[in-house]
Amino acid sequence: MAKVETTSSAVRVWRSFRRCFWQSPEERLLRPAWWVVAINWVLAFFLLSLVAWYAFANLRYNWNWDAVSEYAGFFWRGWFTTIQVSALALVLSTVIGVIAALARRSGFFVLRALSRIYVETLRGTPLLVQISFAFYVIASAIRLENRFVVGVGTLAICYGAYIGEIVRGGIESIGASQLDSARAIGLSRTQTYRYVIFPQAIRVILPGLAGMFANLIKDSSLLSVISIGEFTWSAQQVGGLTYSLFETYIPLAVGYLVLTVPITLWTQWLERRTKFET
Amino acid sequence: MKLEIRNLSKSFGLQLVLNEISLLLEKVRTLALIGPSGGGKSTLLRVIAGLERPDQGEVWLNDNEVVFEERLLREHRRTVGTVFQSFNLFPHLTAFANVTLPLEKVHQYTPQKARESATEILERFQLMEHAHKQPAQLSGGQRQRIAIARAVAIRPKLLLFDEPTSALDPEMTGEVLDLIEELRQEGRDFVLVTHQMGFAHRVADQIAILSQGRIVECGPPSQVLDQPKEEVTRQFLSRILKY
Repeated sequence: MAKVETTSSAVRVWRSFRRCFWQSPEERLLRPAWWVVAINWVLAFFLLSLVAWYAFANLRYNWNWDAVSEYAGFFWRGWFTTIQVSALALVLSTVIGVIAALARRSGFFVLRALSRIYVETLRGTPLLVQISFAFYVIASAIRLENRFVVGVGTLAICYGAYIGEIVRGGIESIGASQLDSARAIGLSRTQTYRYVIFPQAIRVILPGLAGMFANLIKDSSLLSVISIGEFTWSAQQVGGLTYSLFETYIPLAVGYLVLTVPITLWTQWLERRTKFET
Repeated sequence: MKLEIRNLSKSFGLQLVLNEISLLLEKVRTLALIGPSGGGKSTLLRVIAGLERPDQGEVWLNDNEVVFEERLLREHRRTVGTVFQSFNLFPHLTAFANVTLPLEKVHQYTPQKARESATEILERFQLMEHAHKQPAQLSGGQRQRIAIARAVAIRPKLLLFDEPTSALDPEMTGEVLDLIEELRQEGRDFVLVTHQMGFAHRVADQIAILSQGRIVECGPPSQVLDQPKEEVTRQFLSRILKY
């Protein structure tokens, strides 16, 4: 007598319940339903707020949002300065990075060595040290008193080193057969870079570059040590005036997140878009 | 064409790839270079293409010396069309743009004129329906035919094929060889490195056997392939023809 397979309703309920929270390895390639994703995101936020609530509940702290909120305009000005500094440094560092990458591949050994030294020292030393050194030693030696210029310049030079390596990686990802082909049809070196190397390398470079941009924005906070009125410096000033800590640091964190999260999302979008078959 | 090679040597590191090669062909349409792998065929072709600089020796093409100096080499490369084993199309450009790029940027065609030339040649090769596709969307045979179109479009004085079918399935090999044979019937000059003995026999009017960096034997196919004089050639042919 054949055994009739019956699934009790209890088992079925358990299975659909499990499907809301868990994916077995063989289901890993399937995309979960949107509401499953939504439920789990809410759950994740709920868990995190539990942790936060527990931590703050044990904290003896006099919240004083009123005093801080009086300085809202001050925060905004700092935030906009951070955007300005970051945007300028971002453009400049990209230019410097491309130059460093090209110098590294130059026919002149001196240029190659200089590029190498530049990249290794700037990547190997703390930005904090670089900023202080640039401001108190170099800038004062050449009588450059504009803090903003020194700050943007230092940030751009530091990030130029990282970006140079990303650009170099992108250029070197182009296979020898492509260069052969470019040579065979008679393209000059400059034309080869313009029509063959860069259009292909950009797909490798962009995601890394976007990631660097998020880092650059956060690291612009270090410019507060030379009293540039950017976001972090403003928060520190307000904190000092109102004797508050968390009331200034929480808006600070949110302010940076608002700038970096879109960049991270943009990076992911770029990675998806620039995948191309070879 | 008239092709003369004098005392040509080339080594990569310690490995001597071409060993004092000399060759004089007064009037040749199609020269096929064959021989065991590592024998120096591809290197010789790349020297003729101006892609590799020899350590010593001279190459004369139609009584003009190929001067191995970067600026003049670039001029030389502009007058020959090279097709590689691995297609080497630019993956970020459409098939059509692959053909127009050298016309516009190297040969100073106007965009309009480049488009006309590319359309003409792709239509002749029956590739127009694939013109808008990226190389990754094409089959190996189609890619290689586009690469040949790119090389032919510049109206080269000489076409160079470096194992054009080695990376292809047998059925795609056919379509590429048909195209090369068609070009041969148009009376174009070319040098071809190949492992397809039957094809070499049919299209080549001179065959050079290269082994260990030397030209072992050179002559018309009926002589070199059918009645080889040298032991090396006989061994190579029997190995190849065994299967």
